[in-house]
Amino acid sequence: MSGTIDIQITQLVFAYIFVIVLLFIVKQKEIGHKGEILLASVRMTIQLVAVGFILDYVFANQNPIYSLLILFIMEIFAIYNIYGRVNGEISKKLKIIIAGSMFLGTSISIFFFVLAVVGLDPWFRADYFIPLSGMLIGNSMTGISLGVNHLINGIRDNKDLIENYLMLGAEPETAVKKISNRAFYNAVLPTINSMMGMGIVFLPGMMTGQILAGASPIIAIKYQIAIMMGILGSVTLTVFFMINKGSKTFFNSRKQLKM
Amino acid sequence: MFKLKDVKFKDILNVKDIELEEKMITAILGSSGGGKTTFLKLLNNMITADQGMIKYKGEEIESYDPVKLRREVVMLPQDPKIFKGTIKENFELTEEIAGNKASKKLNYNELLNKVSLTQNIDDFADNLSGGEKQRLALARVMLLEPKVLLLDEPSSSLDKITEEKIINMVVDYAKENNRTLIMVTHSPEIAEKFADKIINIENGEIVD
Repeated sequence: MSGTIDIQITQLVFAYIFVIVLLFIVKQKEIGHKGEILLASVRMTIQLVAVGFILDYVFANQNPIYSLLILFIMEIFAIYNIYGRVNGEISKKLKIIIAGSMFLGTSISIFFFVLAVVGLDPWFRADYFIPLSGMLIGNSMTGISLGVNHLINGIRDNKDLIENYLMLGAEPETAVKKISNRAFYNAVLPTINSMMGMGIVFLPGMMTGQILAGASPIIAIKYQIAIMMGILGSVTLTVFFMINKGSKTFFNSRKQLKM
Repeated sequence: MFKLKDVKFKDILNVKDIELEEKMITAILGSSGGGKTTFLKLLNNMITADQGMIKYKGEEIESYDPVKLRREVVMLPQDPKIFKGTIKENFELTEEIAGNKASKKLNYNELLNKVSLTQNIDDFADNLSGGEKQRLALARVMLLEPKVLLLDEPSSSLDKITEEKIINMVVDYAKENNRTLIMVTHSPEIAEKFADKIINIENGEIVD
């Protein structure tokens, strides 16, 4: 009872029945958004097929340039995804800080993780490097999106309070300290919550994948614990960099609130 | 203390030439929306003039460190925000954000007494009425012992008797401690009674 059971194409087609069920319900209940559901299903299929072939090639032709290139592409997609998820306008300066925080925070975590925790040899081994990086980048992306939104909303909603702080002689960092801390907490909260429910409320994706691929549950949990720590570290670093530098972009050189 | 020349801020304020002397009580009068608050905000660099020159103690305000300036020239806005927590915590936080440099000539209880608040310093500030909050905010400013106090209608939420009492107290405080006091008021009587100098601002211009 080991190894992965391959799914035949004809069997895979059966999985699409779930989409048909959804479309049927949506039509019956006149909920709408049929086009969106179809588009999401088609997009997912095309994207995953493409990624499957690319990864197949990259795994068969191990090369540090391929690993780094895919890492770079994932970072760019994640950064644009963050820009899209932010409610309202973000300044050019804040965009640069978001991008910088993503690159710096995830790179430190990824390289520490693959070298010190997993002990990957060679470090660019794509079948480990790419999925592990993807998990760290994806979670950091969610964290930073939450952090930016909380930071922007917090500063906008507390404009008068911040100005009161400044009028009393506060440094801008002091004036937004509570808002920054709250934004940081809200950004890392989903990671902490998922750690709380892990193993009891749900079996995490990586662990499930490894078990399905034939790994022993003991190895699977070791990887899962390690990746959760990696995710926690990556989210913490990226959000910390973003908030630390990003909160300053709301003030001009005369330390006046720009909003 | 302050010299303003050809200062312009958007279409809100246009000041040709004015000087505000040190250790004097200056009252600013004028109808609402006329530019009085903007005038105060320019003096402690909460906003920057589009053109013209503002000098503070002989130095151009632009070259003065903005936080250092705001610690010397503290502004009390018309609708001050009270920090969450007790009255004592409001005082403590005020000292903390201003860099803990207050010399604390007055202790917290004396300050409350000065602004005619009878509450205990351990009472929650959120429970205070609008007028009481305004007085607590004034006490916070006095705690910092700034060189210049910029007060934007500090008694707007108070009844007439309390208003006069509070203004009298703050004017006495400024005189006893050689502070400069610049306050916006809606009341010509208050201005006449307490100020050494009165400035009238109407539609963004200083009028005689």
